[in-house]
Amino acid sequence: MEILIPKTLDEALALMAERGGELTPIAGGTDVLVSWHSREHESLKLLDLSRLGAELGSIRFSDEHLHLGALSTYWQAIDNAQVREEFPLLVAAAKEVGAIQIQTRGTWAGNIGNGSPAADGVPALLACDAVVVLSSKSETVEAPLHEFWTGYKQTVRQSDQLIVEIKVPRRDRDFQHWHKVGSRAAQAITKVGVAMAHDAEGWRIAANSVAPYVVRCRAVEKALDEGRKFGRPEDLEELLAADVAPIDDIRSTGEFRRKVLARIIYFGLAEPSIKPLADVGA
Amino acid sequence: MGSNSDSKGEGGGGAPGGVSRRSFLQGMGLAVGVATVPLGLRESSAAPGAVSGIGPGPARLRLKINGAEKIVDVEPRLTLNDVLRDELDLTGTKLVCGRGACGACTVMVDGESVCSCMMLAVDARGKEITTVEGLAGSDGTLDPVQAAFIEFDGQQCGFCTPGMVVRARAFLNEHPEPTREDVQHGLSGNICRCGTYDGVIAAVLSAAGKEASKA
Ligand SMILES: Cc1cc2nc3c(=O)[nH]c(=O)nc-3n(C[C@H](O)[C@H](O)[C@H](O)COP(=O)(O)OP(=O)(O)OC[C@H]3O[C@@H](n4cnc5c(N)ncnc54)[C@H](O)[C@@H]3O)c2cc1C
Ligand code: FES
Ligand code: FES
Repeated sequence: MEILIPKTLDEALALMAERGGELTPIAGGTDVLVSWHSREHESLKLLDLSRLGAELGSIRFSDEHLHLGALSTYWQAIDNAQVREEFPLLVAAAKEVGAIQIQTRGTWAGNIGNGSPAADGVPALLACDAVVVLSSKSETVEAPLHEFWTGYKQTVRQSDQLIVEIKVPRRDRDFQHWHKVGSRAAQAITKVGVAMAHDAEGWRIAANSVAPYVVRCRAVEKALDEGRKFGRPEDLEELLAADVAPIDDIRSTGEFRRKVLARIIYFGLAEPSIKPLADVGA
Repeated sequence: MGSNSDSKGEGGGGAPGGVSRRSFLQGMGLAVGVATVPLGLRESSAAPGAVSGIGPGPARLRLKINGAEKIVDVEPRLTLNDVLRDELDLTGTKLVCGRGACGACTVMVDGESVCSCMMLAVDARGKEITTVEGLAGSDGTLDPVQAAFIEFDGQQCGFCTPGMVVRARAFLNEHPEPTREDVQHGLSGNICRCGTYDGVIAAVLSAAGKEASKA
């Protein structure tokens, strides 16, 4: 195994330009190091991002956005009072990624970069309309997270690009709900999960472990945007047939996933997990 | 458990309708990546070839462990856990699952709880590493958490215990006055095969109480 350890983002991007196709970036390593034993040690070439903390490690706010640097972790978000106040959905998701020892190391960008359909950070980011900022040696571009995946572990990221930041719009969200179903409360990979939010731009409903990548449930969003009320979970199930394609696997079955997804959306609409703060005025 | 990286069993199926967006875009003759919005050109100052790689052969690392600088010559593929146990003989830190799922290998890195099996040793450079060996005072006085584990029988076979103790220490630094639920959640990354959780929780609550009354 070979490791390249750039000290600046410019060095990292120069390396990506030269050898991006053969390099595996490593941030917290909580995905990369799970599978590395099975890899050919000699052929694995890691681009260690760990020295880029000064450039990529922070969480900050601009007027319009929350900026999650590519090396920022779940723990940093949980630990940040302003993130807790303005983005409770992200914090709810962060607290359910693995356990604390994973939250201290796992990054939001790594969750996107790994591209698992079961990723828990991604649905919360999708429901908040996040945008992925990608840099190469020559330019910086933005890709809306909902257009980032094109297939199972296939993305619009080019081989010379690194994720440098995730931008999440600051908005008044009057509804937020998060629900993860796993086999136990901590340290479990999601069997089915949902993140939901409503703001002036409409409904955002993102579900994980029900399609080749984490997806927005467009048919359900559209129905809700049109003001439809759901009297029973079965009606949601019908709509979801167009939105998701869950499979049977070691963790669950497609049928279970479809039925449970409809119900966690249905019950979430009735009683969201994140209570909006009561506004009692001046 | 723990692996999100395998291609099997993640709940995803083939692309809905059998056409992935990528193949659709390619079929349209569009470059994949069309969704991106350019923001501007970057000026890169890095000279190509400025960074040379290390590995697969050994490289020299300086690590700061329990307050002391340690120099090791190791292959860069090694994890912090490998280096602690095999190079530095700090075998208090255990290795069980090797994939972040059990917490037996927990150490503190700049005060945060980390699975040493999931961190490359090269990444630990420049950071303060505390292992279970570093908790007691230099005169051998046990950390209040260690003393409470003894008092409350916080272990049976003891294999998970160093990880539990290190996590409990970091947890109490984060939550000086925890509830029982806080302890359960805070230690949920540490698995005990013997099921001695009741003793562990009692020990952590007792240590918290003693520290609070001293403060
Ligand atoms: C025990 C355990 C439990 C877990 N539980 C959960 C869980 O409950 N929910 C969940 O969602 N995940 C879980 N995970 C998976 C993992 O922790 C998360 O996906 C995490 O966000 C990955 O972040 P990282 O920084 O560690 O990624 P890394 O392992 O460093 O990288 C992951 C991938 O992203 C790429 N990448 C990283 N940074 C960049 C960048 N800047 N630009 C381009 N590509 C990049 C890497 O090349 C790699 O392919 C778990 C993992 C373990 C070991
Ligand atoms: S050995 Fe590191 S978490 Fe299990
Ligand atoms: S005491 Fe045996 S594993 Fe915990």
